[in-house]
Amino acid sequence: MNSAATQTGGSEMVSQPDELAPVKEMVRACIQCGTCTGSCPNAFAMDYTPRHLWRMVLMGLKEEIFSSRTFTLCSDCYYCTLRCPRGLPLTEAMEALKQIAAARHPSPDRYSTQFYKTFLQSVRRHGRVNEMEFMALYFARLKNPLFALRFAPLGMKLMRKGKVSLRVPLKGRHPLESIFRNVEALEDRS
Amino acid sequence: MIYQYYPGCSLEGTALEYNLATRAVMEAAGAQLHEIKDWTCCGASAAEATSLLLSLALPARNLALAEQADDVRDILVPCSACYLNLKKVEEKTHSDSGLREQLNGLLEQDGLQLAGTSRVRHLLDVMANDIGAEKIHSLVKQPLTGLTVAPYYGCQCLRPYAIFDDPEAPRSMEPLIAAAGATVYDWDMGGRCCGASHMNTHPEVGQALVGAILAAAAGADAIATVCPMCQMNLEAYQNQISRQQGRDLHLTIVYLPQLIGLAMQLPLPAVGLNLNLAVDGVFRSRQAI
Ligand code: SF4
Ligand code: SF4
Repeated sequence: MNSAATQTGGSEMVSQPDELAPVKEMVRACIQCGTCTGSCPNAFAMDYTPRHLWRMVLMGLKEEIFSSRTFTLCSDCYYCTLRCPRGLPLTEAMEALKQIAAARHPSPDRYSTQFYKTFLQSVRRHGRVNEMEFMALYFARLKNPLFALRFAPLGMKLMRKGKVSLRVPLKGRHPLESIFRNVEALEDRS
Repeated sequence: MIYQYYPGCSLEGTALEYNLATRAVMEAAGAQLHEIKDWTCCGASAAEATSLLLSLALPARNLALAEQADDVRDILVPCSACYLNLKKVEEKTHSDSGLREQLNGLLEQDGLQLAGTSRVRHLLDVMANDIGAEKIHSLVKQPLTGLTVAPYYGCQCLRPYAIFDDPEAPRSMEPLIAAAGATVYDWDMGGRCCGASHMNTHPEVGQALVGAILAAAAGADAIATVCPMCQMNLEAYQNQISRQQGRDLHLTIVYLPQLIGLAMQLPLPAVGLNLNLAVDGVFRSRQAI
């Protein structure tokens, strides 16, 4: 808990704005009732429960938060958001943590990181996702052939059913390039 | 009934049969679908996990394209993840004009503009409320008598926006299943989470969630779904999950419009049961040629 104390004391990176500030704002009114944890289908696999995570956010325990896999295990079911007695936007708060991690904290969960990154590269390239290209690249980047092998029978089945297209969607155009570039430019500045 | 149509990426690939059956059932019910020209990906779950602004800009582009295309206000979306992404931008830009301006700044370069006139509709909403069980019943030629079907809604057509059903205890699919002549399986897992992309990123967690859903449906002949991600998670890993849990969890998984199309006796290429990954003989035998 020592590192926590120094972080809440604000001794590190004083000039930097608090990157957790927007998430703190979202969960400030939390009364620690645990309804979110009780509603979360993924709580059993998380290292900190959602309720615990919100406490950590309010205490500014950055290091612990971004080295945990709690927020990467949120599957956006919106049960917690629906049921929180304080009406807090909890799914959005989980997503905000994913966004901060994607921008600045290499997550220990490289599976999620690579999955999202590879997906968006395919979308940026073609305008629509090419599922075949995306999954092939994803598995290649994991550098875990055993993991990829678990999906091989499914890949074969989909191929037999003509469900994986080798055709590139929206061929020859990059309809999303300017959006991706503009978003990047805006976010670099912020 | 005319709708603009946003199929989304999955319906061009792994969820081909959802696209076929949706189009066929809507046509049979007298509805016209105008596919949005040059639609692009809504960002799925990847954009929101990476950048808030990107996750709003990608759907905004499609809403703007729809507005530009014609003055049909309702956009029909069969995929629940696409539906929520598009819906979120519809809702957020209504309540926050600053956000709409910001998004328009991003769309400007492509000559697009979002006025906020579209209404995003989930296929289930349209089937339940615009077409309705009565109309569907009148089109049924071969009632699915004797089959028990579990309605599975998943998350994102129900939550966070409670537009057409109860997000805690959904029922909108029941009259439709009954209209097809099948019996509704009584369970409380219809709105549970299938784990979304966990199956690809945290398989052990995804398998636990899907295993619990399949086990709870054990007394049914099939599960009906309204989302390509739910469908894939429920149908594609039944061997692995059965092996792992030491019990037989194999079950027929079909898209709701396939079920309805089957009862309407629409031709095989339209219903497309041959494309599903988990359909047993009982179901297949009901399919018209
Ligand atoms: S449900 Fe809401 S108030 Fe209760 S612990 Fe969770 S975030 Fe806090
Ligand atoms: S939205 Fe995320 S954190 Fe909330 S209950 Fe669902 S999986 Fe858990």
